Amino acid sequence: MRFSDIENHLNKFKVGIAGAGGLGSNCAVSLARTGVGTLVIADFDKIELSNISRQFYFIDQVGMMKTVALKENLKRIRPEINVVTHQTVLSEKNITSVFRECQVIVEAFDRSDMKQMFIETVQKELAGIPLIVGSGLAGWGNTEALKFRKIDETLYICGDEMSEATDDYPPLAPRVCIVANMQANAVIEILMSKL
Amino acid sequence: MKIILNNREEEFDKDFLTVSEMLESKKFSFRMRIIKINGELISKEKYDSAEIKDGDIVQMLYLMSGG
Repeated sequence: MRFSDIENHLNKFKVGIAGAGGLGSNCAVSLARTGVGTLVIADFDKIELSNISRQFYFIDQVGMMKTVALKENLKRIRPEINVVTHQTVLSEKNITSVFRECQVIVEAFDRSDMKQMFIETVQKELAGIPLIVGSGLAGWGNTEALKFRKIDETLYICGDEMSEATDDYPPLAPRVCIVANMQANAVIEILMSKL
Repeated sequence: MKIILNNREEEFDKDFLTVSEMLESKKFSFRMRIIKINGELISKEKYDSAEIKDGDIVQMLYLMSGG
């Protein structure tokens, strides 16, 4: 299959991304480059200088809303991509309305309690939509511990499920980007199976 | 009872356990997780009441901060 055929197929789909930090921004870039037609991106945060160490933003974007800056960056990569942004704190109340039209959803939150709330809500309210979770990516090295697990047709997990990010054990670009791209790869696999 | 926990067989002395009891007996200490019993997601409010019985397939994934 040629790249143009892959791009044309992926152009039909809408993928949700919950969080536009290290996982979300880097995952979005790979999905945009590969040809996914529409990305629905939700985040409530502004870009801080410290984010530049691993998130897909630039120094001159510090202070901007992540949703706005990410849309700008994705459009610079592929002008024809459709990016729907939601500048909002996701909760049980709005997750369904934000992501209901997506064929696949990527969980890209930072905090583990938000991950839990998001997974529980999506699996209950949006049953049937495949959800790709990222969990365990702090530190460096230990590449062989990063794995991809399919729990069932609607739940997949990327990461080592062990390394908790803290101030003294921060997430670093290489492992963050590996996991973000494992998530993107899972999205592509699911969408390509719909040929 | 025997259950399948993350694709591995596990044996317990009891005939059934709540999710909380199973976590305690296995000394699983991570705070944030997702648990499915026979494919059904058990929300965290139900860990004290949802029961795991002989033959059940239990899937557990750990949620770590960072993203």
